Amino acid sequence: MEKLNPINSPLGTPDAAAVNRADQRDQLYADRKKVYPRRVYGQFRMIKWVVMALTLSVYYLLPWIRFDRGPGVPDQAFLIDFPTRKAYFFGLEIWAQEVYYATGLLILAALGLFLTTSAIGRAWCGYACPQTVWTDLFVHIERWIQGDRNQRMKLDKSPWGVKKLLLKVSTHLAWLVVAALTGGAFVFYFGDAPTLAKQFLTGTAPLTSYLFAGGLTFSTYLLGGIAREQVCIYMCPWPRIQGALVDENTLLVSYDKKRGEPRGSLKAAAAGEVLGDCIDCKQCVAVCPTGIDIRDGFQLECIQCALCVDACNGVMDKIDRPRNLIRYAPEEHVTKKGTGLIFRARTFIYMGLIVLVGGIMLASLIVRADLDVNIIKDRNPLFVRLSSGDVRNGYVIRLMNKQHADRPLTIRASGLKGLTLRSTDHAEGKELQVSLPPDDSAAFKVFAVLPAEAIGEGVLTSGKGEITFEIVDMDGHVISRQNAPFNGPRS
Amino acid sequence: MSDKHEKDIDQISGVETTGHEWDGIKELNNPLPKWWLYTFYATILFAIGYTIVYPSWPFPSGDGWTYVKGTADYAQRTDVAEEIGAVKAEQAKYVDEIRSADFAAITANDELHDFALQGGKAAFGDNCAGCHGSGAQGFTGFPNLNDDDWLWGGTIDAIYTTIQHGIRSETDPETRLSDMPRFLADGILDRDGVLDVTEYVLSLSGKAEDEARVARGAVIYEEQCVACHMEGGAGSHDLGAPKLSDAIWLYGGDRAAVYETVAYARRGVMPAWAGRLDEATIKQLALYVYSLGGGEAAPVESMESR
Repeated sequence: MEKLNPINSPLGTPDAAAVNRADQRDQLYADRKKVYPRRVYGQFRMIKWVVMALTLSVYYLLPWIRFDRGPGVPDQAFLIDFPTRKAYFFGLEIWAQEVYYATGLLILAALGLFLTTSAIGRAWCGYACPQTVWTDLFVHIERWIQGDRNQRMKLDKSPWGVKKLLLKVSTHLAWLVVAALTGGAFVFYFGDAPTLAKQFLTGTAPLTSYLFAGGLTFSTYLLGGIAREQVCIYMCPWPRIQGALVDENTLLVSYDKKRGEPRGSLKAAAAGEVLGDCIDCKQCVAVCPTGIDIRDGFQLECIQCALCVDACNGVMDKIDRPRNLIRYAPEEHVTKKGTGLIFRARTFIYMGLIVLVGGIMLASLIVRADLDVNIIKDRNPLFVRLSSGDVRNGYVIRLMNKQHADRPLTIRASGLKGLTLRSTDHAEGKELQVSLPPDDSAAFKVFAVLPAEAIGEGVLTSGKGEITFEIVDMDGHVISRQNAPFNGPRS
Repeated sequence: MSDKHEKDIDQISGVETTGHEWDGIKELNNPLPKWWLYTFYATILFAIGYTIVYPSWPFPSGDGWTYVKGTADYAQRTDVAEEIGAVKAEQAKYVDEIRSADFAAITANDELHDFALQGGKAAFGDNCAGCHGSGAQGFTGFPNLNDDDWLWGGTIDAIYTTIQHGIRSETDPETRLSDMPRFLADGILDRDGVLDVTEYVLSLSGKAEDEARVARGAVIYEEQCVACHMEGGAGSHDLGAPKLSDAIWLYGGDRAAVYETVAYARRGVMPAWAGRLDEATIKQLALYVYSLGGGEAAPVESMESR
């Protein structure tokens, strides 16, 4: 092919270069570099221990707490009961149709996350997230069996032998035991824990419980033992959202560049170099569970666990320099722009929203009816003409009793002149008596009869009318009032 | 296409080519990832195993087609049959109880009664809705079963008997039977006579217009009709004679329809279900029809007579 001379030619731009040349693109794939977090002691490590103990004991023990609700009702304090489609939480009972409370809880959780993140960064990620808690637990197991950072690194580099095999296998076995306990504990939230535990061990539990326990055992082992920080860095959406939630006032784990830089070893300082407080000992890097260097600044990978703070403070103590070279501080503490105030407009807004949503939920919990009424009118036939000329309409009134006791009720109807009610067993009158079983729903067939004279008087214009059903308790209080159509012949 | 075999590396992507080239366009050799490839092979192996174990290849046999049955001898039809069998077995305890218990006992047992009503509803849809309508609302000539007007009685026992033996059924000797004469066609009355009786019948529900005809009709009614339809058109359940003074007309209550009925009679037929449906189903149907709202409370003695 003859080469075109593009100079001064409208056909080409000779100095154009591809911005994304294939051979200059960044590699999107890279092997994982294993992180070997070092053991660390200090204030924040202590907080992490406490949070871990608290969250894990709640998770493992909650299903075993008993709460007496009376006879015939489960006595498990927290139970999601699929067969009866009810969820129990101590004194609270949520029926399937009230699952919107779960939505409310999720909204509250989201707002809580916003509030925490805007005030003190990703405290959720650093301390309470199950991924963090279980990874932390798994790292400790690994450390307990294989030793601390250096020993683990050495072990991984050493050739395979009996000792290495033994250490590795026992680590994975220990992980699997923890994972199995974790997966096993989950299913107890969905059945009576003592019964299910016995069934589970004797092999008589439902298949689904084995499947769920197995699935969660696998995912706990995989995410906590193998994947670890990769879950936070690559899988979790939360680090991507945090940018929108932190601002210059948010307290973040950060390195004080002004004080620390230029960094240099103690030797260099002794040799007379003018250096900052950072002695570049890299302890903050060694303890980091996501394998980053906090001195690079605020970054996506940082889960704000503050272990680098503990590590740095330990070093500063040893070399007699003031603590808190790395500390919780407003992101731009160098610029003096941030105030580090936890109580500020943004957090007040989140708190206000939490109070609002929580208030709405609480109010709806307090006023929620313990009786659900659902009235369905017969459509086939729409109405029945009786031999006397009266017009009868049929209704199925489904009542759901959320009390743990039998409940006698009265059904009344009004709205059309001369209206009477009839039951299937020939009871007749202005009102009907029914009795509801405890914790259950029952459907009652009710007939409403409009006398022929009323139709003659034109009570039903164009064959349609409306009547009002009232459900009345024994004390005469109207619990529910609902309208229903009443059909008749066009007159 | 060339068949060169030395490695040809594409300069831009750094990927080996397959050696295939069309007008200067080369094909890169980007092999499938190993895990993908082996999964693919595994699915092929699985498919082969599947065709051995489960029903698979169709092949012609005789006039039609058949298929390889597979070593597991599996068929979804068998599964369905088993599931239906299991449900039937589950229902058996209710069905047996319904078969043996009397209506009072069934009605007293809420669980059993609910089962019977559901079963009755299903059986009604299968067997009765064709004539009586899906809501049992009836059509002209086919009674509405929701209302309180019954030709042969609306107690549960009466309904049960009617379903068992039918009405004017040719196959059942115990069927409910009554034959209203065809007054005009059989020559019992002349046209004027039929018109007179028609006017009298209309007068029973206040729809008469010709007083003279009503008076003449009343005389004929006394002679011809009162034996079955009773004084004042009250009707009789024993004879299947409809009440003539109410608002419900099976074949229409206007002058022309009543005239037609008197002149030629109607003699509607309902099949006897005793041989077609089993005892328990008929009982469930009776309970269902009774529950539609028009059922008459059973007099105490009729309950004992069962």
